[in-house]
Amino acid sequence: MKVKNIIEKLSLNVLTAPDKLDIEVSGGYASDLLSDVMANARPRNIWITLQTHQNIVAVAKLRELAAIVLVNNRTPEPETLKSAEEEKVPLLVTGDSAFTISWKIHALLEHED
Amino acid sequence: MLRAFKADLHIHTCLSPCADLEMSPRGIVRKAQEKNLEIVGICDHNSAENVLALKDAARDLPISILAGMEVTSHEEVHILGLFDKPAGALRLQEIIYGHLPGENNEEAFGLQVVVNAAGEVQRFNTKLLIGASTLALEKVVSLIHSLDGLAIAAHVDREGFSIIGHLGFIPDSLSIDALEISAAISREEAQQRFGGRWPLTASSDAHSLDEIGRASTSFWLAEGTVSEIRMALLNREGRKVLN
Repeated sequence: MKVKNIIEKLSLNVLTAPDKLDIEVSGGYASDLLSDVMANARPRNIWITLQTHQNIVAVAKLRELAAIVLVNNRTPEPETLKSAEEEKVPLLVTGDSAFTISWKIHALLEHED
Repeated sequence: MLRAFKADLHIHTCLSPCADLEMSPRGIVRKAQEKNLEIVGICDHNSAENVLALKDAARDLPISILAGMEVTSHEEVHILGLFDKPAGALRLQEIIYGHLPGENNEEAFGLQVVVNAAGEVQRFNTKLLIGASTLALEKVVSLIHSLDGLAIAAHVDREGFSIIGHLGFIPDSLSIDALEISAAISREEAQQRFGGRWPLTASSDAHSLDEIGRASTSFWLAEGTVSEIRMALLNREGRKVLN
């Protein structure tokens, strides 16, 4: 499933990099400790977090993540938006909690085939 | 004349809900003297309400009490702010209080005791001091600097509540003055992992009397002040961090 399919099905709000949503998602990772994400997220994972600091963009880039989903309608810092736009990292927002959106994305990925 | 000063820049008092009630001003000062500390930073969570009592308790003693605070940013990263003038710490407290939601639950988190120099209870702080402020990390650092304080990233070798644990690495744009390492890591290992760009300071993060001085930093200074420590961190005018 591609990032754009998940966005459509779950009505996620796209804040940055709308032209980078064709990537095939390999799975998900939910964590708010960026050190943990750097160590354990896999390439093309969709990353679910409440952290909005600009370091999330660098971590997503470093781990080649498919997109970042910010939960609870969190608003990223202006520097985070700017950096995500420059680095072409899709920042997505949901009103759901991390638990709920993880469950929804998991269900989508599981029923894909 | 410059000489060595042994400093522990990160000590909690009985105001921090997670600290022992024995962390009274006189108890802390006595233990600090036992450990040959000449500079002590008082850094309670999101509050500086016991700083003046500590200064009072150390009056006439050869020990400098630095007014400080351990601020929690909204990323839940701990940053120490240290000030020469207590007014700086108290102004920071005023701003933090304006951005610190919630109320303490004493049963869940512990008592938050405001005391005088003799350790007599003045009142109980009711703010949720263990919680996070709504201020972003960069904002916290710039606030501390705007009040002429020193901003140090706390216990960077730990995963919990540290800038590296929570944010993965230290952003280039962040103008932090030093990185604090805890008693859990040797200087050599810390130098390998975190050294280079930022100076390192070791402190105890003591929450009980027996933890005071379990990690410390020796500075080469003219006197035990924040402005002297700032010069030492920058290697200026002969001031330096010894070990």
